[in-house]
This record gives sequence, structure tokens and C-alpha cells, in this order.
Amino acid sequence: MKFPNELKYTESDEWVRVEADSATLGVTDFAQDQLSDVVYFEVVVQVGDKLSKGDAVGILESVKAAADLYSPVSGEVTEINDALPDNPELVNSDPYGMAWMLRIQMSDPAELEQMMDAGAYQQNTEERSG
Amino acid sequence: MNRVEPNVYELSTPGRPSHRFPDLDVPFAELPDKMLRDHLELPELSELEVTRHFVRLSQLNFGIDTAFYPLGSCTMKYNPKVNEDAARLPGFAHTHPLQDTKVLQGNLALMYTLQEWLAEIGGFAGVSLQPAAGAHGELTGILILRAYHQDRGDPDRKKILVPDSAHGTNPATTTMSGLSVIELPSDKRGNVDLEALRTECDDTVAGLMLTNPNTLGLFEEHVEEVIKLVHDCGGLVYGDGANMNALLGVIRPGDLGFDVLHYNLHKTFSTPHGGGGPGSGPLGVSEALLDYLPGPIVDTVEPGDDDLPPLYGLVMPKKTIGRVKAFHGHFGMHVRAFTYIRSYGKSGMRDIADHAVLNANYLLAALRDTYHVPFDRTCMHEFVLEGRFEKAPGVHALDVSKRLMDWGFHPPTNYFPLIVQEALMIEPTETESKATLDAFIEAMKSIAQEAEDHPEQLQTAPHTTAFGRLDEVQAAKELVLCCRPAELSTAET
Repeated sequence: MKFPNELKYTESDEWVRVEADSATLGVTDFAQDQLSDVVYFEVVVQVGDKLSKGDAVGILESVKAAADLYSPVSGEVTEINDALPDNPELVNSDPYGMAWMLRIQMSDPAELEQMMDAGAYQQNTEERSG
Repeated sequence: MNRVEPNVYELSTPGRPSHRFPDLDVPFAELPDKMLRDHLELPELSELEVTRHFVRLSQLNFGIDTAFYPLGSCTMKYNPKVNEDAARLPGFAHTHPLQDTKVLQGNLALMYTLQEWLAEIGGFAGVSLQPAAGAHGELTGILILRAYHQDRGDPDRKKILVPDSAHGTNPATTTMSGLSVIELPSDKRGNVDLEALRTECDDTVAGLMLTNPNTLGLFEEHVEEVIKLVHDCGGLVYGDGANMNALLGVIRPGDLGFDVLHYNLHKTFSTPHGGGGPGSGPLGVSEALLDYLPGPIVDTVEPGDDDLPPLYGLVMPKKTIGRVKAFHGHFGMHVRAFTYIRSYGKSGMRDIADHAVLNANYLLAALRDTYHVPFDRTCMHEFVLEGRFEKAPGVHALDVSKRLMDWGFHPPTNYFPLIVQEALMIEPTETESKATLDAFIEAMKSIAQEAEDHPEQLQTAPHTTAFGRLDEVQAAKELVLCCRPAELSTAET
């Protein structure tokens, strides 16, 4: 299970990669492992949409369960990974790379401080797996 | 793929007759040209071939009539055959809902009595038999709840509180009703977390959807306090009656304070469940919500006396949310549920719940040392185990389930509720004998041992069924729902 140090994490298993005030969003290795084979992915926002922290941005379905994705930051959607809906299995094979979901121009980067670092997130997932 | 039985088109031989029309007793006439079609691919088989084909297919079926079916939260109990006898009585089977109610008095009397019995069993003021199944009953109930708030000039109540152990249909129902879902966490004992509930209770709460016992098979220990908190902030409490089998004749949800509850006739009241259905999800409501029930419902329009039975009719409640189903709901299921309740009688209701809970606890007691039980206390009619093993990290709940098929058992519910890792949700129901339960225990223990010794036996199971491990990923991604020859050949390339 991978927990890259350079990323920020949420309790609902999204990761964020920050470059200047742009945030790239995806779901974590732990989440894909829990979901098992992902068979469906849909983004429910469009480029240009203004998001508030906590807004639902996508839907994932696996053979076991369905899950909503939430944006941990506020801002404007600048880019969406168009390849993902046709290749949802990328979420399983490359959660932190090819399976990025969307990019957001952050309006309030201070929100990142409420997210977990890799160590805290790893501990959080261990507690949840009992 | 190894195909056990060809489809009916592949068995077709052009020109083979399966029937003979009787001699014409009217003048012969050609069909008009524009009404003739030549592209319909109708299979041509003899009657014997058709019979064998469908008998072979039926033998591939697995059902409650074949073997043990412990599918949690589904209450796959035996469907007594006397129900089928009753449903086939010509007076029921040959009537049509568009007939004058004066000639449907027997049917209406049955529906009226069933409404009354369900109201009595659940502790409610009234019942509508319209909803087609459980989720439809939920939707109907939440629409009633919304209508109630709107009618009182309180339309800003948009929040529906849903515990994280709830059936997925609860949040879906809420969203379909135009309301918003607030998820409530469970506490360490599997109850609704009271602190979290208190935080959410305010004047925007439309209601709470509560399943009791919940999907962990556990009785909500603070149920009266939970309901009071919601009522105190002006909300109503919806009861998901999927697990009513545990409560029959013991506790009435209406007495606990539930305002609305749906019954699953196809679970608790022994009507067929699944492909053989259809379902039926009657709704019970408290006095305050009676006027909002969907209609028509059956009522007495002229009282009877010593010589004459009452005259029954179809009435619309005063502020009804309207019709939610064509005609009167699934009447054939009403007949079966009526027959079931009549067969058991009043005292028999409690026997059902007692034996369902006893059977579940017998299994739990025998399996808790072999499988981890995350919320381990006395269960109700079902319980949830973890299908994972410290010494066999590569084995999952799905593998345990698939291996159970080799023992001739239907798998339990997998991966639900979501708050349990690798969940296996087991509900034996009251209709299974101790011998069957013991055989299931032996299978579960043997599989746990095998997970450590020969994990691959689980990971590649089932081995003894007509089809082995199916590719669930491909099945979810590439839907092939039609099986005519042209589509079949496309699908297989």
C-alpha cells in the first residue's frame, strides 16, 4: 500500500497534489484496494465550475460498492481526465498517476491545512481496517 | 465459455413445427401486405424440445426450494405452498381490477383484512397496500413525510438523517424525494451514535430513517431515545421494515414511536422473493399521517350487520399523496401474505420471530470463535462476520462465499453493511432445521481451515457448479442482456 509523502489526504480517501495554487485530485491506493475492481467512473462537474469545499465531484463504482468523491478544496475546475471514464481500471493500477481525476485552481489554499499528511493518513487507514 | 445449455435460438431447426392450428372455422383471408414481417427470428422447436430445454434451465436454478439460502437482510424464508393454492383460487385469480367493486367484494374484504392485520402487527393507525416492493414503500413513506411538513407550513425541512449501517436504498430514496442525506455514524456497539444525532437535530430535519434491528442484526439499544430526539426537533421517524421478521409479535414499531414503516411481504410474510416475485411493500402510518396515505385504500362504505357483511369500497384519503401504483398494488402477493398470517395465527407470529432469532444466535455462537465478529453481542435475526483471516491475507469474503457454493449453500450477503471489513451477512430464517444449520456451520469452519491450508481452493471456487468463477468485472463493464444469435456472436468475438 502506497502513501506518497508529497500528497495531502482526506478521511474520505481522496488525495491532492499541489503545484502552486493548482490542486490535482484522485482517490488513494487504500480506497482502490478497499473497493477492489473499479468498473465505472463519472465526473459530475465540468471545466469552469466553481466548487466549494466538500462538493461532490465524481462517482466511482466497483464490483463491491459505489462511492462519491468530494473536493477537499474550493476553487474552479480547470481540467478533467477524459481518459478515465473509458478506463476506470486505471484507478486500480495507477491511483496516484494515470488515474488523476481533475485539477482545481484553488481559491483558498489555506483549506489544505485541514488535510492529513501521509503519516497521519496511513495511521487513519490502519485504524479503519481494524 | 463453457455453455451448459444452448439458447433456444441455437436449438432451432427451420421448419420444425411445435403446434398444429385447428381447422379454420371462418373464411380464409390473407393478412394485408404492410402487416407482414419476415425479420422476426422465432425459434422453431418441437414441444418436447422446448419442454426439455426449459426443464434443464430450471435445474440450473438455485432457490429456497433447492437448498439453504442465508442471504442477509433478504429473509429468504420458505414460501409455503398453501399460499400458492390460495392465490390460484378462481375467485382471486380470474378477477380484474376494472370490474365493479360490487362484484369484487371478496377481494376487497381480503385487502381490508390484510390492511387491518398489518396495522395491528406494526402498531399503526392505517396501512396502504399499494407500494410494489420495499424501496417503493420507502419512497412512498418519505413522500408522505415531506407532504406532512409542507402541509404544516414547514417546507424548509430538507434533511433526512440516515445511519451509516442503512440499506443503500435509504439515501437513494431521500435523494429521489428531493431531500438531502445526512449520514450518522454508528457507535462501538453498532447503535446510532447519540452524540452525532444530537448535533444534527435541528429545525431543518425532516426525519430519520431507521432500520431496527439494523443491518448488523443488532437491536438499536437506545431506540426510544433516538426517536425522542428526532421528534423533539420536529422531525418524523421512518422505519425500514426489512428486518421486521425479528420483531413479529414481540414489539410493535408504532409503539416505539415510529411514524411510518414499510413491510416487505416478500420477506417477512413469505411471498416469493427475487425473480419469482413480484415484491410487495405495504406502508403503515401513525394517526397523524393517515390522511396522506397513497390511495385508493379499502374501507367499509356501508357497515354490515348480523345478516349482511359490510360493503367494501375504494377510497382516497383526504390529503393523499396520490396513486403510487397501477390499480391496487400486487394483489396476488396480498393473497399470499394473508394466507400466511392466517396459517400461523396471532400466537404463531411470535413463534416466527423467536425461531428466526434463535437460529441466528445458534449460528453466531458456533462461528464466533472461527470468524471475527466486529460488533459481537446477542444478535437478532441475522449477524455479520468478517470474511478475512490473519493467516491467509489473500483470501477475501468473496472467496468464502464462492466456496460455500461447493457445499451446496447459497452465499450470504457480501460486502454489506459497508461499515464492516469483508462483511458476510448471514440470515438463516426460522424455517431451517438444526441439521441444516449444523451442516452450514461445518462448511464455514472447514472453509476457514482451508483458507489457511489451501487458499487457492477458495480463490478459484466454485468448483462443483455448472459455471465456475465468473468474471464480475467484465460482467459489470460489458452488459450483454440480449441473447439472440446475431448479438451472441458479436459478444463472443
